[in-house]
Amino acid sequence: MLEIKNLHANVDGREILKGLDLTLPTGEVHAIMGPNGSGKSTLAYVLAGNEDYEVTEGSIAWDGKDLTEMDPTERAVAGVFLAFQYPMEIPGVATMTFLRSAVNALRKARGEEELSTPDFLRLVKEKAKGLKIDIEMLRRPLNVGFSGGEKKRNEILQMTLLEPEICVLDETDSGLDIDALRIVADGVNALRTKKRSMLVITHYQRLLNYIVPDKVHVMADGRIARSGGPELALELEKSGYAEFGGKATAA
Amino acid sequence: MPAVEETVERVKEIDVDKYKYGFSTEIEESRAPKGLNEDTIRFISAKKREPDWLLEWRLEAYRRWRTMQEPTWANVQYPKIDFQDLYYYAAPKSTEGPKSLDEVDPELLKTYEKLGIPLKEQEVLAGVEGAPKVAVDAVFDSVSVVTTFKEELAKAGVIFCSISEAVRDHPELVKKYLGSVVPATDNFYATLNSAVFSDGSFVYVPEGVRCPMELSTYFRINAENTGQFERTLIIADKGSYVSYLEGCTAPMRDENQLHAAVVELVALEDAEIKYSTVQNWYPGNAEGKGGVYNFVTKRGDCRGDRSKISWTQVETGSAITWKYPSCILRGNGSRGEFYSIAISNGYQQIDSGTKMIHLGKDTSSRIISKGIAAGFSNNTYRGLVSAHRRATNARNFTCCDSLLIGDKCGAHTVPYIEAKNASATFEHEATTSKISDDQLFYCLSRGLSEEEAVALIVNGFVRDVLQHLPMEFMAETQKLIGISLEGSVG
Repeated sequence: MLEIKNLHANVDGREILKGLDLTLPTGEVHAIMGPNGSGKSTLAYVLAGNEDYEVTEGSIAWDGKDLTEMDPTERAVAGVFLAFQYPMEIPGVATMTFLRSAVNALRKARGEEELSTPDFLRLVKEKAKGLKIDIEMLRRPLNVGFSGGEKKRNEILQMTLLEPEICVLDETDSGLDIDALRIVADGVNALRTKKRSMLVITHYQRLLNYIVPDKVHVMADGRIARSGGPELALELEKSGYAEFGGKATAA
Repeated sequence: MPAVEETVERVKEIDVDKYKYGFSTEIEESRAPKGLNEDTIRFISAKKREPDWLLEWRLEAYRRWRTMQEPTWANVQYPKIDFQDLYYYAAPKSTEGPKSLDEVDPELLKTYEKLGIPLKEQEVLAGVEGAPKVAVDAVFDSVSVVTTFKEELAKAGVIFCSISEAVRDHPELVKKYLGSVVPATDNFYATLNSAVFSDGSFVYVPEGVRCPMELSTYFRINAENTGQFERTLIIADKGSYVSYLEGCTAPMRDENQLHAAVVELVALEDAEIKYSTVQNWYPGNAEGKGGVYNFVTKRGDCRGDRSKISWTQVETGSAITWKYPSCILRGNGSRGEFYSIAISNGYQQIDSGTKMIHLGKDTSSRIISKGIAAGFSNNTYRGLVSAHRRATNARNFTCCDSLLIGDKCGAHTVPYIEAKNASATFEHEATTSKISDDQLFYCLSRGLSEEEAVALIVNGFVRDVLQHLPMEFMAETQKLIGISLEGSVG
């Protein structure tokens, strides 16, 4: 169980999260919705441990561990994964090389044996197929010249390979056409298990037709303003974020 | 299997005692007195039983050197060198080394371990007493102790031996080519080298022969306070091909060590020479104390038509690196290449690059330089591309990329271009970038440590150059890049 209590966080000295409380039971999928600027992405970065985001108050507890005490690498080793809204490009580093480095870094940190090249290739080919990723794409430098859809599928491929326990998906639907959205959603749904919790951050309800959450939270001004079941998302689709300080128009 | 391991295995199969030469047994009185004068040079020459013409050549160089001023134009700073406070000749084992690996600096051993260097090889590298002196034409201190693979090479007609041997056994070749690319009067350090050079490698590949194996040399500096003055001469006769690897490592030392080598390459008609260097000498400690001064003159002469010389260098070590492996494109249709990775961390200083001198018609050259600066280091690319009046259709492509890690280091690019022929086409591209915090965070969030992340990003940055290294060097080099940048972030 992930328990966030009274979380305050600053970026460049400006407070973005202002006392956020959230409980994500193990095995559940929760959606975080909210207007632009409400702090959704900040929450994602804070959970992954980006040092540009300073936690000034509150706690993030997960199975007795205090995440705020851990650096990004330690969180990844413990099982936290962030699917980035804007995945970074690393020129000259083949995607395959990056994936293998990540998989083996985690295995090493967890005291497991590193995967041999043939074993890794077998694993990657199998997982890539499910996400309709061409092996040719994995030979290209990481995210360099990738389309929006390719970048997002690559994020889900990493999530699949790294087998995290807490998945934070930051606007994974942005920049996706409907076919790509379905592929990505199928990939995410395939990872839903009783042991894995997910936090799906999105501006639009559309994604939640494919990834059906157990709960929906609406963020406004750095706090959770309202929580409910999946029907809350549909309601927002109609009424928009106006009552939460966003612009009146919905998607 | 790392190249070093293979080397050890292969050398073990050979009875090294067969390759003991000359004075290598006279270890008792094998260090020249400190300081430099004509007597020092006579001492060196006598020790090596050199012919008179070579002694004269040395003495002339020495007299010339005394009239020369130490150059100061490079973007490097170091205390003035007292040339009278150095030893100019030391045969192996003239100073005491550690008794076993237990006495060797643990930091150094850690580095060896990370590089995957086998234990026996570690002993050799760390200068442990009684360690087997095995390596391919290993230059331990100043004397080539072991030269191997000779028989196999002899079958192909390739001569690969120490310069001292070449002077004895192939004087006509040495006399014809020594100083023909880098004249004895060339520059302060090359002239000093000409006067006092101790040993080095000699390669001759006869007409039409493709050298059957990569030739490799492990250089190493052992005795304290001993300036190192290697001299390497490689001649590829018409239509021949040779690939030469130079890999370096040195043990921890507190005192600065001067290394002023000269490398001369001669490629005759249709010949090709590929010269690769991996240099990881002691860079000094975290405060910038100690470390090797690497002031080297490397030059290749594409003397024959359609000849080709390619330099590939990975420079990660030394406190100061000051070198410009260059090509004189004399033959019509000849080609020069320079691929460089220069990494500076801590307080290291690098001023390196190349010169491509286009003299012949239809000559072409290509320069790919990747500089990485971290810590408090300073990293300068300095290059000259010139086309002579008669160099019709000379072509050059230059790409200089710099990568900065942190905000206390510096990267500089100083390209010189001189075209005296209107048909010359010179292209120059340069970029400077930083490893972004976002890139780092992306890697960290996938479970990589900071050091792994930096190594990964940097290896991506230098990929274009890495591909030009011989296969067996690539894996080692990738590891070396990671080790060189340890502690550069955070």
